[in-house]
Amino acid sequence: MHLTLKIWRQGGQYKGEFVTYQLPDVNPDMSFLEMLDVLNEQLVHRREEPVAFEHDCREGICGTCSLVIDGRPHGPMKSTTTCQVHMRHYNDGDTIVIEPFRAQSFPVIKDLVVDRSAFDRIIQSGGYVSVNTGQAQDANAIPIEKEQASHAFDAAACIGCGACVAACPNASAMLFTSAKISHLALLPQGQVERQKRVLAMVAQMDKEGFGQCSNVKACEAECPKDISVENIARMNREFLSAVFASDKAM
Amino acid sequence: MSWFTKFLSSSLGHKVVMSLTGLFLMLFLIIHLIGNLQLLKDDDGEAFNTYAFFMTHNPLIKIISYTLYAFILWHAVQGIRLWLSNKAARGNIRYAVVHTRSSERSARNMAWLGIVILVFIVLHMWQFWLQMKMGVLPAVEVAAYDHPVQNLYLPVAEAFKNPLYVAFYVISMVVIAFHLWHGFWSSFQTLGLSHPRYTPLIKGLGYVYAIGIPAGFALIPLVFYFVGK
Repeated sequence: MHLTLKIWRQGGQYKGEFVTYQLPDVNPDMSFLEMLDVLNEQLVHRREEPVAFEHDCREGICGTCSLVIDGRPHGPMKSTTTCQVHMRHYNDGDTIVIEPFRAQSFPVIKDLVVDRSAFDRIIQSGGYVSVNTGQAQDANAIPIEKEQASHAFDAAACIGCGACVAACPNASAMLFTSAKISHLALLPQGQVERQKRVLAMVAQMDKEGFGQCSNVKACEAECPKDISVENIARMNREFLSAVFASDKAM
Repeated sequence: MSWFTKFLSSSLGHKVVMSLTGLFLMLFLIIHLIGNLQLLKDDDGEAFNTYAFFMTHNPLIKIISYTLYAFILWHAVQGIRLWLSNKAARGNIRYAVVHTRSSERSARNMAWLGIVILVFIVLHMWQFWLQMKMGVLPAVEVAAYDHPVQNLYLPVAEAFKNPLYVAFYVISMVVIAFHLWHGFWSSFQTLGLSHPRYTPLIKGLGYVYAIGIPAGFALIPLVFYFVGK
């Protein structure tokens, strides 16, 4: 199949602009990233600068790949990361517009690569969990209800890719932050620092300059891991209880 | 900064302010509608004028109404500030392709809807509330009081004879309906009040409220104009 790609180029000779590439002979069995690999091979052959984009596991679990494809973070398919999108979902003659994640807190480094270290700093601000060291614990020493464990797992499924920020009209990071807060707040291991953690993580999220949630739910719709806005409600509860019902300093 | 100002200036604090002031305004709309529906009574405004006098002279209601004005302003100012800071967080470069199908239109346009509502409120108060406050309305006798009261029914009935004003009023109610369509559920979500047990009820009530209340308000000018009073 023949594709026309409109790709955002920024850095080096490019000031920040869309460049159009023609890509004939795309194999429908290729993944989206393999299609970009093929484009880059051709660019290198022509002695042009290849398109910079991020990827790592290519198995849909690491959260490194990004891209806004035709206006949607991680492309047109629900619950799918960019690396798991395959070219068979496109038709011969299609034009695909590829942009980086856009948010003030995710500055573009080059082409389609953005700096998502703001997320790392939010995680770091969450601090540690107090656990007993010493002898290895028995696997079932800390009992937890199945349903509770499932909720925690659903939140823990967040791969921190930043699609929620990219999809949000407010560039809010609340889906990400709330998933991380929920994950530990629901588990017995997370109880000791529970209130301190929500205060610190929300403060760091604000400091990074992300926008404020207005419950649009575009994040939930575009999240490759189906993280629910239920987590945002839980974060709000955790925050309010930490502010009004604990002796933790803000 | 004290813990409370720190809370109010955090992102979640901003949202809680929007939620609580919004919930208060929604409660007010119910009372306001019940009062206004007395305009439809076939008594030349007797019930409505009695009600209007009571609402402007009861000290407790006076306190509540000034709280209400403050909350309207707080909700509006905070909302516009949120809108601007969220725009800034989005960055200077817009997406070339915007995909909007994954979210509701009303949710994405709360700021615009809100600004239209603010303009409506200013005009609305200019037209009715200010005249009442200035005391320029003619007096009328009502059975409930042994002294004449201001005839607020008169400018209302007059305004609703004007097709342009009726259209403006009805369109404003549609805008309010869209604002409430998202705002009702959203204010509970912001307070963390979300649970499979009652969230479906909140959403359902929200949709009934968002259509019912503005429809009730829109009914009044339509009856005045088309049925005649």
